[in-house]
Amino acid sequence: MGKNSNIAKIYLMFVFVVLYAPIVYLVYYSFNSGGTMYAFQEFTWEWYYEVLEDTRLFVILLNTVTIALLSAAISTVIGVVGAIALVNLRHRRIRNALLTLNNVMLVSPDVIIGASFLIFFAAIGIQLGFTSVLLAHIAFSVPIVVLMVLPKLQEMSPTLIDAARDLGASWWDVLARVVIPYITPGIMAGFFMALTYSLDDFAVTFFVTGAGFSTLSVEIYSMARRGISLTINALSTLMFLVTLLLVIGYYFISTRTSKQVRWGVRSR
Amino acid sequence: MDRRMRNMFLVPYGMWLLLFVIVPILMIGYYSLFDIDGVLTLSNYKRFFSPIYFSMALRSFWYAALITAVCLLIAYPTAYLLTKTKHKQLWLLLIILPSWMNLLLKTYAFIGILGTYGPVNAFLKVIGVGAKQILFTDFSFIFVSVYIFIPFMILPIFSALEKLNPSLVEAAYDLGASPWVTFRRVIFPLTLGGVKSGVQAVFIPSLSLFMITRLIAGNRVITLGTAIEQHFLVTQDWGMGSALAIFLVIAMGLTMWFTEGGRRVR
Repeated sequence: MGKNSNIAKIYLMFVFVVLYAPIVYLVYYSFNSGGTMYAFQEFTWEWYYEVLEDTRLFVILLNTVTIALLSAAISTVIGVVGAIALVNLRHRRIRNALLTLNNVMLVSPDVIIGASFLIFFAAIGIQLGFTSVLLAHIAFSVPIVVLMVLPKLQEMSPTLIDAARDLGASWWDVLARVVIPYITPGIMAGFFMALTYSLDDFAVTFFVTGAGFSTLSVEIYSMARRGISLTINALSTLMFLVTLLLVIGYYFISTRTSKQVRWGVRSR
Repeated sequence: MDRRMRNMFLVPYGMWLLLFVIVPILMIGYYSLFDIDGVLTLSNYKRFFSPIYFSMALRSFWYAALITAVCLLIAYPTAYLLTKTKHKQLWLLLIILPSWMNLLLKTYAFIGILGTYGPVNAFLKVIGVGAKQILFTDFSFIFVSVYIFIPFMILPIFSALEKLNPSLVEAAYDLGASPWVTFRRVIFPLTLGGVKSGVQAVFIPSLSLFMITRLIAGNRVITLGTAIEQHFLVTQDWGMGSALAIFLVIAMGLTMWFTEGGRRVR
């Protein structure tokens, strides 16, 4: 294929600059002693100290991470078990119906998920707070885990299972010694995706959280509604670094074990 | 796998599907039949077709269509040029990376960038146009939305272009087609699947995101998502909110139906 002309290069560069400008902008002004997102005065770590000293923010961070790890772990278990059940379903029609439902959750806009869960939790009497947020995060992470694990299960040759059975392995052995090790890359990818889904979620949490419980995204939203504060900038720099680490981690997991890298892209 | 074990495995997943997919959607339908006083009625649906709500919904569709169109216009050439770069996987990764950053932080950045003293206004002053009110306008809403959604349009188009067999393009040239004809009759039709999944990934969230309208557009732009959030969390009129949600679900279903076959993996 031909090489790009100069106009093409300029166009690409322009897209890149626009994509990264807001991030650079946020990071740059997080060092501004002036306290505004314009007119840079002097370099300062002041806002970072403020973030680190803010105990309320620390509690919120702890909430966010706890919810993310717990929901990712639980949804990975449900998702893996679900994916194994799905590939073993004999009836194609039932399997397709279940997969459609899985996709409904994936494509549903956040407001719909949030609003319907709010109604659901209110109806069955779950208090809004930690439990409701955790349940909601598990719920919207399960389909992504299924989606990540399913291709691995489908590409696995059935002869592997037959061989294990012939050699006298019980179903449990087949599962623990053959199937699970084989699909581990998919499981890890699913876990990572669930983790980032949860860390990033704003809208669903915003709907199902109650007074006194907040996650980072919800907190940033309420801070941003109050106007500009460079503490948010400092926080966003730190979060961007964590995101980078997660992406690198995910990249390594998915390239080390499989040739094809499928970049999961999130729409939330 | 024997039957007993299979059923045992199906239980937690089936429970999850039932409790968190089927039941909540049914409950939205149920709630939409009650007005704010808890009386069983169809008044919420009647209200939806009243001028205020209906024009709001139409405008929301219009904005979403506009955002999708702009995304497509920028994303297609970007994806096309990306496939021709040397380290395309790396470039693609760099395009996607910003989409992993928290949505709210990116939106928040634009409060500064588009603000009265922000760099955009400074630039406008330098070139002699003078400072303008950019924040809290339709333009800022569409711009920020396009910014947020564009990676989700680039990615599927990129994969579709990657799958395109280059000999087909060469054949078109050999047979005397101009670059434009080649694009219109060969490249675009063969990558339509990618375009469809991109449209799906942009259009549905554009209808429903409410934090961009709240933070960037003030209360000037009201989308279906904003209206649903308003009814559920501010006015506590869950019935009307549910009726609006039903229409959003219908819109989602229609979009998925029109773009069927495009989407495989996000």
